[in-house]
Amino acid sequence: MKPIEAVNDFVVKFANVNGSGSASANELFAKSILRMGVPVSPRNIFPSNIQGLPTWYEVRVTEAGHLGRRGGVDLMVAMNPQTWDADVAEIEPGGYLFYDSTRPLPASKFRADISVIGMPLTEICNGTYDDPRQRQLFKNIIYVGALAALLHIDLAAIEALIAEQYKSKPKLLAPNVHALHLGHDYATRNLPAIGLGVRAADAVGGRIFIDGNSAAALGCVYGGATVCAWYPITPSSSLAEAFQKYCQKLRVDPDTGKNRYAIVQAEDEIASIGMVVGAGWNGARAFTTTSGPGISLMNEFIGLAYFAEIPVTLIDVQRGGPSTGMPTRTQQSDLLACAWASHGDTRHVLLLPEDPHECFEFAATALDLADRLQTPVFLMTDLDIGMNQRLCAPLKWDDARRYDRGKVMTAEELEAGKDFGRYKDVDGDGIPWRTLPATHPTRGSYFTRGTSRDAYARYSERGPDYVYNMQRLLKKFDTARSLVPAPILRAAPRPTPHGAIFFGSTSPAMAEAIDALQADGIALDTLRVRAYPFPDAVRDFIAAHERVFVVEQNRDGQLRTLIVDAFGIDPAKLLPVLHYDGTPITARFIAGAIGKHVTQKRVAGADSCAA
Amino acid sequence: MTYIAKPKLHHPTLACNAVGYTRRDYEGKVSTLCAGCGHDSISAAIIQACWELDIEPHRVAKLSGIGCSSKTPDYFLGQSHGFNTVHGRMPSVLTGANLANRSLLYLGVSGDGDSASIGLGQFAHVMRRGVDMTYIVENNGVYGLTKGQFSATADPGSVSKKGVTNTDSPLDMIGMALMLGASFVARGFSGDKRQLVPLIKAAIAHRGAAFIDVISPCVAFNNHAGSTKSYEYVREHNEAVNRLDIMPPRAEITIDYADGDTVEVEQHDGSILRLHKLHADYDAHDRVGAMNYLQAHQAKGEVVTGLLYVDPQARDLHAHLDTVDAPFNTLGERELCPGAAVLEKINGGLR
Repeated sequence: MKPIEAVNDFVVKFANVNGSGSASANELFAKSILRMGVPVSPRNIFPSNIQGLPTWYEVRVTEAGHLGRRGGVDLMVAMNPQTWDADVAEIEPGGYLFYDSTRPLPASKFRADISVIGMPLTEICNGTYDDPRQRQLFKNIIYVGALAALLHIDLAAIEALIAEQYKSKPKLLAPNVHALHLGHDYATRNLPAIGLGVRAADAVGGRIFIDGNSAAALGCVYGGATVCAWYPITPSSSLAEAFQKYCQKLRVDPDTGKNRYAIVQAEDEIASIGMVVGAGWNGARAFTTTSGPGISLMNEFIGLAYFAEIPVTLIDVQRGGPSTGMPTRTQQSDLLACAWASHGDTRHVLLLPEDPHECFEFAATALDLADRLQTPVFLMTDLDIGMNQRLCAPLKWDDARRYDRGKVMTAEELEAGKDFGRYKDVDGDGIPWRTLPATHPTRGSYFTRGTSRDAYARYSERGPDYVYNMQRLLKKFDTARSLVPAPILRAAPRPTPHGAIFFGSTSPAMAEAIDALQADGIALDTLRVRAYPFPDAVRDFIAAHERVFVVEQNRDGQLRTLIVDAFGIDPAKLLPVLHYDGTPITARFIAGAIGKHVTQKRVAGADSCAA
Repeated sequence: MTYIAKPKLHHPTLACNAVGYTRRDYEGKVSTLCAGCGHDSISAAIIQACWELDIEPHRVAKLSGIGCSSKTPDYFLGQSHGFNTVHGRMPSVLTGANLANRSLLYLGVSGDGDSASIGLGQFAHVMRRGVDMTYIVENNGVYGLTKGQFSATADPGSVSKKGVTNTDSPLDMIGMALMLGASFVARGFSGDKRQLVPLIKAAIAHRGAAFIDVISPCVAFNNHAGSTKSYEYVREHNEAVNRLDIMPPRAEITIDYADGDTVEVEQHDGSILRLHKLHADYDAHDRVGAMNYLQAHQAKGEVVTGLLYVDPQARDLHAHLDTVDAPFNTLGERELCPGAAVLEKINGGLR
């Protein structure tokens, strides 16, 4: 088997033991390649455990900028004996296995069709360090040094990163650099050359490297959220923690040292959303962050906020469901649970970011929309974009931007005798005016409740009052269609009967799949939806194509269901392309599924149009 | 209940308080509860307390859960914003509201079903956090709106109107509040307004988590022989540990009780709580002592009432979180948004 040869286009996977300190070393590896101007797309693959069990870090090196997961492994860094067999089996034929050769392994543990590179890491560490913890931690840096030698990664780039990392702990700088060189020197002297390599390029540009949870947290800071109530749940916990971190830096009153934010780790998700509802009712911007099981618990409050019309921002970092499901794996399977959350008839606004850049932007947008529409707004991210660092456009903020606080009646307006009907549609957009508590001594107070009421917030079980309100809520939802981020069309170079609709973290895999299909002679127009309710462009896109693939990461085609429901479209026209095994969707999967369908149709002659 | 609204016309002789309001300005809609319901007496006590404290009605936010008790905020303080939330979850909504605007007074009204069963978790955690509020449980031992099922505060051996004997152990809201860190804990009886009004006034003046358990007989479903939450039973077994007067800041203090029987406590706002001891060995500053005393007397079937515990040095959630003095809902872009230049720096650190 000929060894794989590739420059700036390969996949390295690190198989580690949880809690061994490998995460920071692996990130160092990925970032050093970025510093050489070559895009990388890393992913943490971790089971629901804290210490001692397997964890993986997969780095796709891609000068072409394909940031989706590729699938397959060209170089396996096998540091975990527990998962050895499966890790070795995963290597592509002609690929490479890098391992700790301190203890000899029988030939049966290897494969004939791969190149095996053994390095006595434990022996080197034991010979250099006395402290067991140091032996463990520096082993990671030593293999980074060795990989740098094998893959021609610029040592200076790694040293610069280490210097940045230990800026506040200079004592740790020299030992880390020493370990790096130890690995590099050994590999240079003793290991054979391999066919994979990194070559400096200029393909990263001004892009930044950040995870979606951090970006969304920063979006909440910029968007003016002052109250965050949350309950720990993977994969959303790091969002609330990032909010705390950013607030400590950016939200402290310079004169008094006091905080312009409040973060409460609540007793559960129900209390979290309750606090957000209370804060929203009282005029502060508030959000909660959770995942699917939390959404299930929050349903009653979501219904209250919808019906009583209270601004609420929820961030759902989706994971594999139902129930505890696959808590550390990714999915887009909460769409229906969020869009139609609560008993009774409800419709909720969903924002669907594709990457950390949009996580930032849409988090701030969600806070604006919640105030404008006086309703729950969901920011739907997922584990893939939430917990993995992703190369994306720099975060942007326009200093001229003002928070949209929506229709809040002032004391002056009340004093002037302006009519206040809390649930009255006076502007024709379905959005009523509200007052905040304590606005005026004698005017504008009302009783907020989850029970039906008339346009002036008086308790009512009269049918016409109830229907007026429910119809107004629908009108308001229709107003939302013109306020949410519009879908993005990417047209094929020539007219085609085939279209595909997708959203969120599927984006980079989709972009790559379009190219792959194009290379196979299949042209595909695509539409990335960025919000629910859907603007008319979604209906028009479907109407303009003979067949539309709906690509998403869940079992039941939830986006497809929402589209069929929204426009009354014949479901037969929308072909589901569904990936839901917990791993991020790949271009290979999408191109394979669409390509197979188009080709079959051609062979069967049922498809008279050239694709 | 009555369906005839009182005329809005104020009698010219109606007394005004220091902020220019008559007692009637603190009223709300006409109650829809049963005639003789203890809850209506509590509403009247709240009205009296707020009027006497010279509180501007619109500076109060009143929140409740679901149930008979939770309907009552509609029946007092009609100029205040109210929020009838979801069953058992008022504490979290009140917490969020309080975080959004620390300058208002927060009044949480709940029942024993709302707080001791479905809402037990939120009750516990709102006390732990020290949210600045007055939390009143209108405790009748029974589910009124769903027609007479036992609640979690019903005493074992208590007999329901349908003749069923309760065998479950009761939840003692007072004991829990003490254990969980509430900094003001009292029990009142809806049939004793002279005791209840000062308790509510003192709770409102307290800065921190103030809890009042008010035994409030349900005339429809829990006021019969065999009930331990009936008017008759509570009157017979009421053991008040103290009587309370509350005086505004800098008011002249006149002593009309014998020395040694009276304890004065200064609250955050400078007002004075004057406790007239009815039991010589009761110390309302001793949390552990209060718990012991309550357990011992409850075991004898007595209903201990009065101001049971107060920590005048209490700190509230805003103090714990070290938040700015300005209400969050008054902060704008200038205070909250770090701006484009800072974001550019953040971007720079992510390359």
